[in-house]
Amino acid sequence: MGELSSIWREADHRYRLIGHKCNNCGTVYFPPRDICPKCHRESIGKIKETDLSGLGEIVSFTVVHDAPPTFSRQRPYVMAIIKLDEGPSLTGQIVDCDPDEVKMGKRVRAVFRRIREDGKSGVIMYGYKFALDE
Amino acid sequence: MSEVYIVGSGETKYGELWDRSLREIAVEAGLKAVENAGIYSRDIQILYGSSSLSGTVNGQNDIGSLIADFSGLASNNIPAVRVEASSASGAAAVREAYLAIRSGEYDVAMVGGVEKMTDIYGSEMLDMMSTTLDREWEAFFGATPAALAAMSARKYMADFHVDKETLAMISVNDHENASKNPSAHYRNKLTLDAAMNSTMVADPLNIMDCSPISDGASALVLASDRYMKKNGMEGVRIQGSGIAQDYLALHSRASLYRLDSTAIAARKALDQAKVRNDDISFVELNDSYSIYGLLALEDLGFAKKGSAKDLVPDEISLRGRIPVNPSGGLKAKGNPMGATGVGQFVEAYLQFRGKAGERQIKDPEHAMLHNMAGSGSTSIVHIVGGD
Ligand SMILES: [Zn+2]
Repeated sequence: MGELSSIWREADHRYRLIGHKCNNCGTVYFPPRDICPKCHRESIGKIKETDLSGLGEIVSFTVVHDAPPTFSRQRPYVMAIIKLDEGPSLTGQIVDCDPDEVKMGKRVRAVFRRIREDGKSGVIMYGYKFALDE
Repeated sequence: MSEVYIVGSGETKYGELWDRSLREIAVEAGLKAVENAGIYSRDIQILYGSSSLSGTVNGQNDIGSLIADFSGLASNNIPAVRVEASSASGAAAVREAYLAIRSGEYDVAMVGGVEKMTDIYGSEMLDMMSTTLDREWEAFFGATPAALAAMSARKYMADFHVDKETLAMISVNDHENASKNPSAHYRNKLTLDAAMNSTMVADPLNIMDCSPISDGASALVLASDRYMKKNGMEGVRIQGSGIAQDYLALHSRASLYRLDSTAIAARKALDQAKVRNDDISFVELNDSYSIYGLLALEDLGFAKKGSAKDLVPDEISLRGRIPVNPSGGLKAKGNPMGATGVGQFVEAYLQFRGKAGERQIKDPEHAMLHNMAGSGSTSIVHIVGGD
């Protein structure tokens, strides 16, 4: 699906969980965005990269049974929306545990993993997943 | 400014139409609408096609030209473009046609919504449907449309003490109504027990919480009040049209279970129509997943957040206070994405003309039609009826 170039483009953000901070209002964004939705043009030139701790908590989650071809070998897998301690929320998998252990409100930490393998090109894509932080 | 009326509608059956092509079903719906309006195709001044995935699933873009061409209109050289807004493409196209007429620039417009989804099948379809999400930050990590709906559902159910049966009853209601609709994808009734015990898709949603992969096409002819009167035609008025957008990715939104785009679009449409929720005789809403049926009831203004459960199942039935999806809805009439929003207008047109058969709502005054992209990135609400 033409994702080869985007893998490299987003590599830093996906590998090292680098977000963007608006230095006009102080809001931290992830996924990164070049314009602050609060400050609009006032934020131009004031968006800077910022490291995220990878620590956060589970807002909600689901166990995915019906998956696209690139994820079918991982089924069933846990997808979650995680609110990071720095403020922004993101979508990622919860791994290294039994799905029954996953609960809303539990603390998690980011881990670096293989995300998917592109069926046609065979390219392996990496990025963040999350593990329960106990 | 002109007033805008629906003066004709047509659609194919929704379902798995294995033996029929994208262009065949689009043209069938269009010609039926023209015939139903009692006009000639040469009377059409502008055409809007809508499809969500034709470029991806069928390898066919430029649906506007395709429909115009194979409806025999190529040598009429009318403007014909495609409108795309994910699963809200249908209502987005109707709205563009509405604005074109309302502006006074055109008097007769055709809208043709079409989706031919069964040209590919199985899990590959999921990959295509995930193109309507944020590809880089949701789908890349394994999120699917059902997974996002499931995460909204889990949080909603926990925060408001809503049980799984309440979600299932949205689907049961759709099937009950679709059993009375000859165009529907599924005409079987669904028991609560069967709905509760179907195959898991994305916990807590199972397959009976999810709208199906449908083929289908729906078409409308819209006309100005001026044109309608001049030609002695009758129609159903589009009284209000509201559209609003929100963050593309669910994780960026203010709430997992508040459809802000829906609430804003509904307010705009109601205000324009000068109509209150209490005046609405029935609603066609975008329950691509059962949870969205409950959330939409609330954000469209029929219940406070967390209390749609009080309307289910009795008040949403055909005889209830606010009948939901007399057509059968996305779960049972079906969800051919680019056609779905146009199909809601087809249902409203049939209802107002008293041609909805066994599912007829008695003397409807106003209907609300709600079409939504993905998990709520775009919502479009129309009010039709009145005089
Ligand atoms: Zn800012």
